[in-house]
Amino acid sequence: MTTTAAVEATGLVKEFGRFRAVDGIDLEVRQGEVFGVLGPNGAGKTTALRMLATLLPIDAGRARVFGVDVAREAHRVRQLIGITGQFASVDEDLTATENLWMFGRLQGLRSGDARASARRLLEQFGLEEAADRPISQFSGGMRRRLDLAASLITRPPLIFLDEPTTGLDPRTRGQMWDTIRGLVAEGCTVLLTTQYLDEADQLADRIAVIDRGRKVAEGTPEELKASVGDSTLQLRLAPGADVEVARQVVRRVAGTEPVLTPESGRMNVPLETADRAADVLIAFRQAGVSIISVSVAQPTLDEVFLAITGHGAESEHEATDDNAATTKTKLDTTTKTKLEV
Amino acid sequence: MSTLTADVTPAPNFALRPVDPAAAVAATRAHISVGETLSQTLIMAWRALKKMRRNLEQFMDVTVQPLLFTAMFAYLFGGAVSGDVHSYLPLLIPGIVAQTVLTTCMATGVQLREDMEKGVFDRFKALPMARIAPLAGPMIADLVRYVIAAGLTFVTGLIIGYRPGGGVFGVLGAVLLAVLTGWSLAWIFTWVGTIAKSAKSVQGMSMLILFPLTFLSNAFVPVSTLPGWLAAFVKVNPVSHLVSATRDLANQGVVSAEAGWTLLACLGVILVFAPLSVRSYRKQL
Ligand SMILES: Nc1ncnc2c1ncn2[C@@H]1O[C@H](COP(=O)(O)OP(=O)(O)OP(=O)(O)O)[C@@H](O)[C@H]1O
Ligand SMILES: [Mg+2]
Repeated sequence: MTTTAAVEATGLVKEFGRFRAVDGIDLEVRQGEVFGVLGPNGAGKTTALRMLATLLPIDAGRARVFGVDVAREAHRVRQLIGITGQFASVDEDLTATENLWMFGRLQGLRSGDARASARRLLEQFGLEEAADRPISQFSGGMRRRLDLAASLITRPPLIFLDEPTTGLDPRTRGQMWDTIRGLVAEGCTVLLTTQYLDEADQLADRIAVIDRGRKVAEGTPEELKASVGDSTLQLRLAPGADVEVARQVVRRVAGTEPVLTPESGRMNVPLETADRAADVLIAFRQAGVSIISVSVAQPTLDEVFLAITGHGAESEHEATDDNAATTKTKLDTTTKTKLEV
Repeated sequence: MSTLTADVTPAPNFALRPVDPAAAVAATRAHISVGETLSQTLIMAWRALKKMRRNLEQFMDVTVQPLLFTAMFAYLFGGAVSGDVHSYLPLLIPGIVAQTVLTTCMATGVQLREDMEKGVFDRFKALPMARIAPLAGPMIADLVRYVIAAGLTFVTGLIIGYRPGGGVFGVLGAVLLAVLTGWSLAWIFTWVGTIAKSAKSVQGMSMLILFPLTFLSNAFVPVSTLPGWLAAFVKVNPVSHLVSATRDLANQGVVSAEAGWTLLACLGVILVFAPLSVRSYRKQL
């Protein structure tokens, strides 16, 4: 028996003026999976998600949620989804309990049931102690959790999460991951966006990589990482070291193209296996290229991007320095395993 | 280190029945019922009332304005218009009632716009709820503000010597009419709230609507003192009808034809602006 896809989108387009934020994206999310949409700032992740969640009109293409047309039967689609946006969408002037009670009531729960479900969710998300505090006193992480709780009141079968862990500390992030896994165990389907390959890797069954409004790759995390090698050697060349020589050494020894990151002297080398790092380092010494620091890490989104698109992950539109800097820090936080020599 | 673990959040436990997508799809309904619309509107009204209680400074306009304007206008224009303050009051008080209630409407639009810019509206939009509820809910809560505005004006009037000939029932009727009219006209400002780009521009646009409506009426001066062309406008201005109807109620205790015209105008405004507001709110998705 074939089941309908949780999300089936073909040729999605969204234009803001003459700018195409989403430029013909196809997505198929199967029931019961976690599907990750990965992309840098401005790639069009939020825009695509908002179209699927009936929050933005679809300019071209079509989308269905469990077989229900998003454009034509928005009201029915809204009964099947929960959405937690990139920015918290709870009422700042109400307390946590009041928020959950209100959203429950708005979705047809009786007052008593709404109160019970609010209590259950607050407990589930570790917010009981803050239950009667106004949201304006919540920390960012608490807000995020409450926001997610508010999306789960009617236990919708499909949940959209827009960058659910951006801005969370590592522990809260881990909790969020557990929560998402719990949702899937319950039978929910999750469509999430993220800027971290690491997160997509941890959570997603399948990933679509989006860049400048287009889907540039799709596959399991393993498939994506395999396209850039298993690990990355991150080097910092000494001032004055010859970048061109270094590049040639890498080509010869590792057989791959090094990625020069924007900071001067930094070079990332995709490796098939982490063992090859030593070969590259020895060849560097022989060629007289001196190095300040070395680490071996999992491939970052940067490398996946470079491998797939031929350019770095920094967005070009809205490429203010500020934005590029944030992207960079975020990408750098992917789990690093320091090479122990 | 042990303090670190003290506030660790318990792992979520999902011990409920599993989610069944097929059943969920089968349970979806294509349309929203009238009952649901009503109950959602009331919940949105509840939300607006909660917010009011937590932001009491929002009541500044409906408390200060009636006090200030009533006293100010009475002593400023009383002598000039009616010879003395006391005989000006029966003319003035109903005028101020109309004016404060209209100003209060304006705040409805501004607050809606401010509210709509908040993140929580994203959730309202993503929920399967009636599109009119987020608009009509706050308006119902605003009835409180209209009652305060109209009531306080009468009270201020009484304090400075106004003795309404219509008695208690006349005054209550006048308050009721003013509140109803305010609520109806608020739809215009709600619509402005849904089309404007920012709360500031709502304010600006509303002023443009409000000033001619309140000042080019019989609210503060008898029509007989006006030049012909202005008198013509003043006579068709719905605010004039409201003011006249309020005067008849408060001063004579009679429900005049003016009340009928006022209610008719209100109905017209609702029929035009409620659908317009919902349409433009829908479009904002
Ligand atoms: N309402 C809008 N009007 C005009 N342009 C918009 C609008 N919303 C988004 N854009 C543009 O569309 C592009 C995609 O934006 P979107 O928010 O979907 O990116 P994103 O992938 O979610 O990025 P981020 O990781 O920063 O959240 C951006 O260039 C953005 O400037
Ligand atoms: Mg986004």
